[in-house]
Amino acid sequence: MMLRALLAAAAAALLLPAYAQDLKWPDVVAKARGQTVNFNAWAGDEKTNAFIAWVGAEVARRYGVKVNHVKLKDTAEAVTRVVAEKAAGRDAGGTVDLVWINGPNFLALKEQRLLFGPFTHALPGYARVDTTNIRSNVVDFTIPVDGMESPWRRAQIVFVYDGKRVRDPPRSVPELLVWAKAHPGRLTHPSVRNFLGATFLKQALYELAPDPAVLQKPATDANFAAVTAPLWAWYDALRPQLWRRGQQFPETGPAQRQLLNDGEIDMMISFNPSEAAVAIDAGLLPDSVRTFVFAKGTIGNTSFVAIPYNAANKEGAMIVADFLLEPATQAHAQDFRQMGNFTVLDMAKLTPAERRRFDELPRSPALPTNAELGTTLLEPHPSWMTRIASEWEKRYTK
Amino acid sequence: MTARAGRGAGGLLRAAPALTVGAFLLPIAAGLAGTLLPAFGYLPAIGGDALGLDGFRRLVAYPGFASSVAVTLTTGIATPLLAVAIALALCAYAHGRPWQQRLSARLAPVLATPHSALAIGLAFLLAPSGWIARLGSPWLTGWTLPPDVATVGDPAGIALVLGLLVKEVPYLVLMIVGALNQVPAREHVVVARALGYSRTQAWLKVVLPQVYPQIRLPVYAVIAFSLSVVDVALILGPTNPPTLAVLAVRWFTDADIDFYFQAAAAATLLLAIVIAAIAGWYGLELVVIGAGRRWIAQGARDGALAAGARAGAAGFCALSAAAAAALAGMVLWSFAAQWRFPAALPQAWSLANWMRRLDGLAGPALTTLAVGVLATAIALALVIGCLENESRSRHRAGPRALWLLYLPLLVPQVAFLFGAQVLLVRLGFDGALAAVVWAHLVFVLPYLFLSLADPWRSFDPRYARSAASLGASPARVLFAVKLPILLKPVLIACAVAFAVSVGQYLATLFAGNGRVATLTTEAVTLAAGADRRVIGAYAVAQAAFPLLAYVAAVAIPALLYAHRRGLGGRG
Amino acid sequence: MTSAAAPLRLSAVRIELAGRELVAPLTLDIAPGECVTVMGPSGCGKSTLLAFVAGTIEPAFRATGRVALGARDVSDLPPEARRIGILFQDDLLFPHLSVGDNLAFALAPRVRERRKRRAQVAQALVEADLAGFADRDPATLSGGQRARVALMRTLLSEPQALLLDEPFNKLDAQLRQDFRRFVFAHAAERALPVLLVTHDAADAQAAGGRVVALARP
Repeated sequence: MMLRALLAAAAAALLLPAYAQDLKWPDVVAKARGQTVNFNAWAGDEKTNAFIAWVGAEVARRYGVKVNHVKLKDTAEAVTRVVAEKAAGRDAGGTVDLVWINGPNFLALKEQRLLFGPFTHALPGYARVDTTNIRSNVVDFTIPVDGMESPWRRAQIVFVYDGKRVRDPPRSVPELLVWAKAHPGRLTHPSVRNFLGATFLKQALYELAPDPAVLQKPATDANFAAVTAPLWAWYDALRPQLWRRGQQFPETGPAQRQLLNDGEIDMMISFNPSEAAVAIDAGLLPDSVRTFVFAKGTIGNTSFVAIPYNAANKEGAMIVADFLLEPATQAHAQDFRQMGNFTVLDMAKLTPAERRRFDELPRSPALPTNAELGTTLLEPHPSWMTRIASEWEKRYTK
Repeated sequence: MTARAGRGAGGLLRAAPALTVGAFLLPIAAGLAGTLLPAFGYLPAIGGDALGLDGFRRLVAYPGFASSVAVTLTTGIATPLLAVAIALALCAYAHGRPWQQRLSARLAPVLATPHSALAIGLAFLLAPSGWIARLGSPWLTGWTLPPDVATVGDPAGIALVLGLLVKEVPYLVLMIVGALNQVPAREHVVVARALGYSRTQAWLKVVLPQVYPQIRLPVYAVIAFSLSVVDVALILGPTNPPTLAVLAVRWFTDADIDFYFQAAAAATLLLAIVIAAIAGWYGLELVVIGAGRRWIAQGARDGALAAGARAGAAGFCALSAAAAAALAGMVLWSFAAQWRFPAALPQAWSLANWMRRLDGLAGPALTTLAVGVLATAIALALVIGCLENESRSRHRAGPRALWLLYLPLLVPQVAFLFGAQVLLVRLGFDGALAAVVWAHLVFVLPYLFLSLADPWRSFDPRYARSAASLGASPARVLFAVKLPILLKPVLIACAVAFAVSVGQYLATLFAGNGRVATLTTEAVTLAAGADRRVIGAYAVAQAAFPLLAYVAAVAIPALLYAHRRGLGGRG
Repeated sequence: MTSAAAPLRLSAVRIELAGRELVAPLTLDIAPGECVTVMGPSGCGKSTLLAFVAGTIEPAFRATGRVALGARDVSDLPPEARRIGILFQDDLLFPHLSVGDNLAFALAPRVRERRKRRAQVAQALVEADLAGFADRDPATLSGGQRARVALMRTLLSEPQALLLDEPFNKLDAQLRQDFRRFVFAHAAERALPVLLVTHDAADAQAAGGRVVALARP
């Protein structure tokens, strides 16, 4: 059944690019008016939900496009729905118009040719996107984006620590081990079943692997053991020094943050450079928390929006994708009182007035500058994370 | 004409028992089949069409399998043992004391509070950075930072056992108090004391043997619940690996449908464990009964028992205090702006948690209310139908019907809810509010029946006869005489049923397919680590709903019958 | 609207429990205004006999025979359609209703007008020497007062026969006499056939009619 769906999708996809290439923005704007966009987006974060609601209000006011936030617990739900619609022969009038996506889920839809596009070239705002320095804007978990999804926010690994208790934070993965040995029980990471927990191991692997370049290709039975051997050696030494001797882990990022707030740990990993500033503002962490990254850089990725091939309201979806790229929108998103996500735009491509919006954003001592964030490392191929997580479970679940 | 209409309604009434049994047996039977088949590899919808043991092989190959089974067994057996011991000790200790009569009323608040709300509160109370540690730090403990000790989510599951005892002990005490009303306990103890036995001994040797047969099913329900609980285990239980029930749910809800088979295998194993545990307990009963008979026949009048009863009563007090503190802590958090270790009380207060969360709370609160009211109303109609049919045909359901009624409480929820979900998806019915109401009905019905049956059956039938001889039709007798007189027990039974509905976690999760959010599902999800101030607000709301229902159940008849001394008013 | 007085007829009424005969075939004609007393020790099936006549006998009993009011055979009618009133040992006033509402409960629904219903209730209370008691809680009345209300309630339902299931039993001596007189006077006034069961010979004497003795089975 799956095979038949794939074949049919391939046939349908042949017809799509013609339309996508002829896209004229004024036509899109005209056609979009009155459409309601079903924006399928993970809804686990209140600030993001509020931001999406704000986006909906803005595009309704300016373009007459309504946004309906279909709240997902897992982006895979939207992927499953598109696949199911394809299998049911619903090649037009699909129920998913726009989906917040990246990594494996993007790969699944792209490989099965269930995406509309390329379309990003048609978005006026796409011209300001940083496609040279921020590599994750064009390579999504090693998968070339090819204009099939449009970036809207960025994430990068940082560590948040309590500046009152940690004077001199470690600047590398080996230094982290040294610090943990000196401060037993004061460090943990989220459960490896959780994305952020697996990311902790991924970050360590980046620095410890003999040649990180192999991480950009799928992991194989042949190379996995050799590439990850230094990681496990490091982790075997680290684990007994962790909170609860590495027998117990917070289930999620927020649970880990609660431990930092309760004083049970001194530092934590985060995927949002603004997390410390946002959490101080919300009273979720003490004022004394600060942010640091490793000297050799940390893994970063970009969140995108994509349009399924059968979306009923493609024009409206493009309006939303373009609105997300407007400098004012990006600056709003980067405001740590809103979402605190760093921008995907290239400052050099902005007018002085547009740049000023970013310069005038509220500051916080817990907020790293772009310079302090340092090098952004590309996400390894998704297969590495899957294998690391199951290997971890094998080694450390007793 | 009237006679014929009466017969028509009577027909509907005669169908009530069948409808009632069908309402919960059907989903359980279908659900069990829908779990057992995939456990053995059969689930054609996702490519399982050959019977085999692959699911079990994968389950056993899971790295934490052995420890998961071990911690499931230790917590699931320690809990009923301790719960029965503490409950019996308390009742033995309480016998003949002035506060014995008020005992069941005192239990109501704890019984009404959902398990998960208490567990959330306990998690904060017991954590190394929790309230108990904060109250003693640093002046007593010297801690300026919380110690690195696992007091919640500990690998041995001690916190989980504690979290279960807080609710299960009061439940058993309530059952014992109910059973005591049916035996001449007071007189027998007086006789035994005249023969030289102490109060505790008299109770244990004379009253307990008469009472135990009546609390046997509730005890079995406690065993099944302790072995298969999910929400409390998620909040307080070990995590790496968790208990078998949590593991099954984790795999059932995994985005990768390949995990269904090993999830079904885990649920099936859990079912087998529950059956074996109940059988084992039954064997233990036989041994204890035999030994007990010899012990009683020896006629020893030693005094060590009183100390045991005192210790049990003290344990009960500690559990009650923990429950109260757990809820109090959540109330404080819901009004806190900032509360960091080691401050004993919030450092800053705020109404913002409630004001800002109102939007988020309102949806789940309304759903909770709607599901609870609907499930309770349907269950009430069915139960009254059954009981009224019983009193009109004067044919009382036997002990086998009682087992049937207890079935939803004896079969582990994970073992049939997943199968029921598959059925619902097949019917295109999953995620609908109606599906959630139905799933709740399965658990609401038995509790409503059990709490209403006794008062209904002890209603003086001559009231009905006298009303009939005055020309009142059976319907008029029911609505104008029976229900008004039984208003208080009916409302109390409804409050019990509503509380059961509010507390449902797994049933809501599965029947709602994750799309129907109630206060309980939200609170359990949030408990995984969200802002504790928000968790506090949800836990408080979650506890407040059933409590308000209880207050209403007591207040409404009191107000309506304030001038009816025959119904407890002041005349 | 009172229908013409008719006799209460029991023909060949026989009751057994688990194959044991409780009441041997009994045929009894009670004329309007007459009171027949059935006497016997407790457990002899007196109350069961009344339950059979009222139509509320437990299914555990096997009962045969017919019950008729004049020409109207009521044997197959449900209790509420028989128009046979019954008074028990306890007054069984509904505790959730006021005294007046207890009486109104018995009034036929065809008396629609609220004013008329209230007037009938008030009239009944006057007859029971309880004028102005309509709004009282029955639980606040004395035993004798409650017994009188119970009788008035039965009479307001316009029964065509009256069954008395030891209704004097729980009253103390003086009250018992008063209440007996009260019951029999009202029954006679309405020319009701009355069937009384009791184990108290004084009751039978006061009833003044025929006495049927039931033996211990």
